[in-house]
Amino acid sequence: MTAARKSQSGGNGWRVYGGPLLLGLLSVAGLLTALMSEGVGRYFSWLAVGAPVLVTAWFYVRRK
Amino acid sequence: MVHTWSSLISTLFLLLLCITGLPLIFHHEIDELFGYDPKPEIAQAGAVKRSIDEIARTALANDPGSVLLYISWDKDEPNTVIAFTNTKVDGDPDATKLRAYDAHTAKPLGPVGGGPMLIFLKLHVDMFAGQPGKLFLGAMGFLFLVAIVSGVVLYWPFTRRLSFGTLRDKSRRIAWFDWHNLLGAITIAWALVVGATGVINTLAEVMLGQWKANELADMVKPYAGKPPPVQLASLDAALDKARKTAPGMNVSFVAFPGTPFTSTHHFAVFMRGDTPLTSRLLKPVLLDGETGEVSDARDLPVYLKALLVSQPLHFGDYGGMPLKIIWALLDVMTIVVIGSGLYLWIAKRRKHRSHASAAQPLLQPSE
Repeated sequence: MTAARKSQSGGNGWRVYGGPLLLGLLSVAGLLTALMSEGVGRYFSWLAVGAPVLVTAWFYVRRK
Repeated sequence: MVHTWSSLISTLFLLLLCITGLPLIFHHEIDELFGYDPKPEIAQAGAVKRSIDEIARTALANDPGSVLLYISWDKDEPNTVIAFTNTKVDGDPDATKLRAYDAHTAKPLGPVGGGPMLIFLKLHVDMFAGQPGKLFLGAMGFLFLVAIVSGVVLYWPFTRRLSFGTLRDKSRRIAWFDWHNLLGAITIAWALVVGATGVINTLAEVMLGQWKANELADMVKPYAGKPPPVQLASLDAALDKARKTAPGMNVSFVAFPGTPFTSTHHFAVFMRGDTPLTSRLLKPVLLDGETGEVSDARDLPVYLKALLVSQPLHFGDYGGMPLKIIWALLDVMTIVVIGSGLYLWIAKRRKHRSHASAAQPLLQPSE
């Protein structure tokens, strides 16, 4: 997210939508990977689909 | 406005869907716990599987006065055969009985999929209101999608001054507002996928009707006007021919003549592949109900393939237990988004009514 904030090209738009967009793309990739592959794909899908849960926990711990 | 009203109208039904959906994620484990997921006996080495005709006879003997609708095989439990019986081939679907039989001994193993999970499933699928209930929930699901998309549009004016993931505790309203935004924003993709695939699932009967009226009608054209078979062909012979017609595939289920999945004259043997994806893509082989000869075999149309592939994406049951747990956590997060949204609407109305003038600019942009 630090890199996202420094990005000047997207300005505020990137700051507001960047995080959700990345998580969204990750989610979709994870959802489809589990459908296509039973092996390594599963581990990736758990991480990718579960990312919003981890991010929530992280923000909760870091809240002011 | 769009976000408020699309959400408000669907709120109660979405909460119902999220709450009943939560235990349904684990229905397999819960069914097992309550004895609605019977397991086959351990087969002795070298034991030979009984013929399907014998299992069919046993199933009918166990349920006098009934007819067979379907016989199916679970992908992960090849030693169990599940027989679906009802009083008529086109009888009330809710009256259909599912019983498991041991593939090696033909012994009855017990009922399949009844119990508490069936109540949750009915509430989730059609609220005990049949096809109208199902289509109504589909419409509510569509409003959910509208609420998500309109929420994305609103997200910008509300949060452009805040960095992603800001959680303030200035007041109860602001705290819930931040949680609503954060959880809503990061679950968008999952919620859209589960919502959209759920809506697609409510149209299953409509799609099946479409297939029967077009593709299936075309496949059975040479049989138009023929009466239903009097004497049914041997199931084992028919299954054998179906396997030869679709090499490399396994039988998922066989539909008996006159059931919703086939014509009045044909057996339809639905074959599945063996990879995670192709095991969802069924291929029907039609066989003459009287002679057991293959009549036709064609891939399903794109819309039915889309329906079949979309189902796991709704159920979350395709990536092992960890995926199911993640599914449940995301479901709980969605419940929080819906609940906090309702709370924010009530809190705002209460505030407007009391003409409180304390400005809270971050919560005020016009919707």
